[in-house]
Amino acid sequence: MSVRDTHISLGHGNGGRMMRELIEGLFLPALSNPQLDIGADAVPLPLPADRELVVTTDGFTVKPLEFPGGNIGSLAVHGTVNDIAVSGAVPRFLTLSVFLEEGLEIATLRRVIGALAAAAQDCGVAVVAGDTKVLGRGDCDGMYLAATGIGFRRRGTRLAMADVRAGDRILVSGPVGDHGAAVLLARQEFGLQGDLRSDSASVLPAAQALLRVPGLRFMRDPTRGGLATVAHELAGATGLTLSLSEERIPVNEAVQSVCELLGFDPLYLACEGRLVAVVAADAADQALHALRAVAPQAALIGQFTRGSAQVILDTAFGGQRALDELQDDPLPRIC
Amino acid sequence: MRYIRGFRDGAAAAALSRRLVADADPGRQYHLMEFCGGHTHAIFRYGVQDLLPGNVHLVHGPGCPVCVLAVPRLDAAIELCLRPGITLVSYGDMLRVPGSRRRSLLKARAQGADVRMAYSALEGLDIAAAHPDRQVVFFAIGFETTTPATAHLILQAQRRGLTNFSVYCNHVVTPAAIQSILDSPEVREWGKVRVDGFIGPSHVSAVIGSGPYEFFAQEYRRPVVIAGFEPLDVLQAILMLVRQLNAGRASVENQFTRGVTRLGNRKAQNLVAEVFELRPQFEWRGLGELPYSGLRIKSRYSDFDAERRFDLTTHAVRENAACQCKAIIRGAKKPTDCALFGTTCTPRDPIGSCMVSAEGACAAYHQYRRGMAAAG
Repeated sequence: MSVRDTHISLGHGNGGRMMRELIEGLFLPALSNPQLDIGADAVPLPLPADRELVVTTDGFTVKPLEFPGGNIGSLAVHGTVNDIAVSGAVPRFLTLSVFLEEGLEIATLRRVIGALAAAAQDCGVAVVAGDTKVLGRGDCDGMYLAATGIGFRRRGTRLAMADVRAGDRILVSGPVGDHGAAVLLARQEFGLQGDLRSDSASVLPAAQALLRVPGLRFMRDPTRGGLATVAHELAGATGLTLSLSEERIPVNEAVQSVCELLGFDPLYLACEGRLVAVVAADAADQALHALRAVAPQAALIGQFTRGSAQVILDTAFGGQRALDELQDDPLPRIC
Repeated sequence: MRYIRGFRDGAAAAALSRRLVADADPGRQYHLMEFCGGHTHAIFRYGVQDLLPGNVHLVHGPGCPVCVLAVPRLDAAIELCLRPGITLVSYGDMLRVPGSRRRSLLKARAQGADVRMAYSALEGLDIAAAHPDRQVVFFAIGFETTTPATAHLILQAQRRGLTNFSVYCNHVVTPAAIQSILDSPEVREWGKVRVDGFIGPSHVSAVIGSGPYEFFAQEYRRPVVIAGFEPLDVLQAILMLVRQLNAGRASVENQFTRGVTRLGNRKAQNLVAEVFELRPQFEWRGLGELPYSGLRIKSRYSDFDAERRFDLTTHAVRENAACQCKAIIRGAKKPTDCALFGTTCTPRDPIGSCMVSAEGACAAYHQYRRGMAAAG
């Protein structure tokens, strides 16, 4: 069965023929897998022995829907998979809710679901349950996605901010701020053009590489609010001072340039394919080595010391400043 | 990238810092005011003060255009944008600034007002052309850096025959404000505050040149160095001021030779002179009424003057008595001397002018130094 319409209409969400056409003509061919049974209301999933279940859920409202380096479909997979990966688990299954605005081009939806399917295959996850809703024109901005991710990890895996100690080191797996800057430019509100790409990607290889390093304390993917926000969460949760070295934090040239022009700070811009990790001081070199095998631009960027709960940036200029918590988000909806 | 990193190079900074330590006379104290909020921001963002000898002190001046806009004038803009049929176009950093009774343009927008953020003043013209049924008003603020753009905007509006476009002019001039600081009783008579020299903003001088400072460098015996906004520019300007003070000189020097000349940009000056004239008095938030410190639209362009078109009036407001902004922007107090700082007055919910934009001294302290051992 194929989809004959060119645009989404309310009928595509009414449970009848048009909706069946959309599911059988667009979603199923892209996402087909043995577990995805559209006849069932719920799907049973196998739980391997000696593994525990890890679950996460996330909503995606990025504007524009498509941007250099990805679209809302690939972003939904990477965003969900990465939350599972940094918890020390291997992601296996996704569920997907799709909210469509009346008037959305079917061709756009096809590209989004195509990218979602390709990203899911790359990450080794299967979409095992899904739902589609259509909202009236103006009630939704093109398309929203909501995804739940399910993964498995070794029983007893412990990664927690509470385990971070004074002396521990912090690493980042690559340049920061690419996704935020790429989406910002893709909105074309500033009359700027450049070869920026979102870093949207799975961090599973990086997370798995670090899991083998004894002394790994904690991992997180710095999405909304960027590296600075993860740094603040860590300082707040541990009560320690986190000192970051501006010189060592990798930032792509194009991202730095856009930030200079528009008055943003790359440390507060979202990443969608990076990982921040905290390791014990004596494991820092080993962790960096392991990380660089899969993420060549990974860097050791700072350390925790006793003191008040705050984040200090040692500037490349030779001075210091407090890295404040993000106040008002200057960027609406970037993930 | 060398245009970004080159001017923030740590090794060059360390070398300048060593020269400063060698040149600064340990027997005296140097109090230097960076007039412009852009410099304040750069100083805090890069930690420039961490590279200064202990006897070189920076005093943060009033040169943040958002911070110095008088509350009654902001109130007038807020009241205007709430009128039916009005679209107000503003630079983004103005939107959160609190007027009286904690109102702001952002809150007015939430109530239904059509307030739009622009990166370029010219965006106002396109909005006016696209919405002939609405009265589009550009909320013009700023020092000499933004004034030529507003003048150009008015001339373009006239050329395009836009009858639904006007400008609410709040432009101010830099030299008048510096003179008011030098004339203030704290600086002139009481000897309470020392301002030994000024770091002048290069973007202002790219327009007006370095010449306009020569008068008070001589008259008030204070050296002025026009400096760029990169941290190395600021550090070099500080070194130049220290050397002038050591030599007993009070000249205008230009650190930013890559963009500033003595005479400035004549074309931009002519644009401004064509469209604007000085007001006899203008109110500044934190400094009060200053003579010949603000600009208004000349009568020949009155069709584009929102003050006349909408009969805008201002009403005096009472500011929070505990707020120390007046003393802070004259250098008489530090942000941390104010009881409101960081408690009831924060960047998220500012009370005084110095906290309202990232370039204000209090906001810079709050964002970049709060909690640090060596706050200052």
